Amino acid sequence: MATTQAAPAATPSADDSRRKLSELPWPELASTLGLIALAVIFAIANPGYLSEGNVSAILQAAAILIVLTIGQTFVVATGGIDLSVASTMTLGAIVLGEFYALGWNIWLAALAGLVAATLVGVVNGLVISKGGITDFIVTLGTLSAASGLALIIADGKKTTVIEPSLIKLSVNGIWLFSWAVIIALGLAVIAHVVLFHTRFGVHVLAIGGSAESSRSLGIRVWMVKTGVYVISAALAGVAALLVVARVGAAEPAANTAFLLNSVAAVVLGGVSLFGGRATIAAPVMGAILLTALVNGLTRVGLSEFYQPLTVGVVVVLAAFLTRFNR
Amino acid sequence: MSTLTEAASTSTDEVLTVRNLQKSFGRVQALREASLTLPRGKVTALIGDNGAGKSTLVRCLVGVQPPDAGEVRLNGEPVRFTNPEQGRSAGIETVFQELALVEDLSVAQNLFLGREITRGFGPLKFLDRRKMRKEAHDMVSQLAINVPQVTSRVRRLSGGQRQAVALARAAGWSSSVVILDEPTAALGVQETQRVEQLIRSLREKGMTILLISHNFEQVLRLSDQVVVMRAGRTVARRDTSDTNGQELVALVTGAQQDSDDNEEPDPALLPEPEER
Repeated sequence: MATTQAAPAATPSADDSRRKLSELPWPELASTLGLIALAVIFAIANPGYLSEGNVSAILQAAAILIVLTIGQTFVVATGGIDLSVASTMTLGAIVLGEFYALGWNIWLAALAGLVAATLVGVVNGLVISKGGITDFIVTLGTLSAASGLALIIADGKKTTVIEPSLIKLSVNGIWLFSWAVIIALGLAVIAHVVLFHTRFGVHVLAIGGSAESSRSLGIRVWMVKTGVYVISAALAGVAALLVVARVGAAEPAANTAFLLNSVAAVVLGGVSLFGGRATIAAPVMGAILLTALVNGLTRVGLSEFYQPLTVGVVVVLAAFLTRFNR
Repeated sequence: MSTLTEAASTSTDEVLTVRNLQKSFGRVQALREASLTLPRGKVTALIGDNGAGKSTLVRCLVGVQPPDAGEVRLNGEPVRFTNPEQGRSAGIETVFQELALVEDLSVAQNLFLGREITRGFGPLKFLDRRKMRKEAHDMVSQLAINVPQVTSRVRRLSGGQRQAVALARAAGWSSSVVILDEPTAALGVQETQRVEQLIRSLREKGMTILLISHNFEQVLRLSDQVVVMRAGRTVARRDTSDTNGQELVALVTGAQQDSDDNEEPDPALLPEPEER
């Protein structure tokens, strides 16, 4: 690989193309290829699957998961994991609902929800990086704490949020893409730029690759680690707005499926769970794939009880793919 | 050795002077009394058995672990680093034994890690990847043997290429001192030769080098002076031209005591703490 420049220009052969094939980033391509395969299979089984309406519906349903997945990707890229994303989103939604019920403007209420969610990330980040406690335990703790807090604040009840401008978020948009989807994809683009075109992004990957080397080179590991949890939580705060827009209410629900699916999408996206290797596009594709899978299963009439099973199988298969392609 | 450190602790010909450095981890005294001097433009070898305190000394020097007591002077100025960033910006570059490179980052990313070139201003600073790639290529090709592509992941490089990248990183900055911690420990015979060639070329460029090595042959080949550590102390110093492998072995094991240092019974016979 390293000396190919100097190598005599060999005529392109079968061997050469096989080598090129093996150099493709298969883990990162898996979710896109999987999505295409899925689309073909379901389109054959159910002709309406690729209709404009259904594709739009899939994207709309994927928006929240995409936003959460982006945050999870940053955390996993450092070798951590954020189990609290879904509860943080719930907390953000509840705070939004409470302020809305007080008569606040919806966007100000959404900002309050965003701030509340971000605070969870600050706690996660500081306890993990400064306190030196395992990410798994800390975020498991905040998972429970944030959803508990949401229950307390909401007193266990949901707050209806009927707001025309919020409904537009899910209904209006451009072509196949509702505003919610555009927000999600816009955040993905920003995240991509942050990960690959800023010092912070390089440091995220460096820490995931080797926290010790990064430290020895003078990178402030604790700041970067705190940063990724704050990013994850802030994105959960954005997702809170989208979830309220979608449901039309702020519910103190557990939303565990979002947590599992965000990790699953990251795995499908070929992000190493040990950190150090990540993209944004592939996990986003992973999130769309999971949503498209559930949508397709519903359309072909498979009982919804089969869906978690199928999702689980797909995720483990994807993890295998990542394992064999380092 | 005491005469040497005292003679010229303020001289500018000494890039780095270390006196009486001490460091304990709990009840384990990893460094009892370490003193050494790095003359400008020379290769100083630091040798000693496992657990003699070599790595701890290095970690204290560069700020990974602040020392408990003692003095470090860089170009005559007393310095005290509490984190590696300070050490680096003061001009001490280190190639650590194992934690040199990040495998999943590219050669260019590794070379510029912690010192990325950015453009833009304020909060909107983006990496200047093209410039970094170009400069990375220049840095590596100055030293390298078979030049790796700067965009390839370090994971795909051979051991010798990795070490070349690590050395290029250390040497590429306007550093006063380059510390090499066992640079050839993990390499094969051929790769070791190449890396030794690299170290010679660094010396020819006027770099001041502290070379930590287990390999006495290598030390004799590459260094100008040798400092011996035993049980957390620097126990002897020799000009490389005045010594030989046998004497170094004797000094490292404690079979031969340096005339300056005989206040204590052979500390090498005491049980050694494992080095971190």
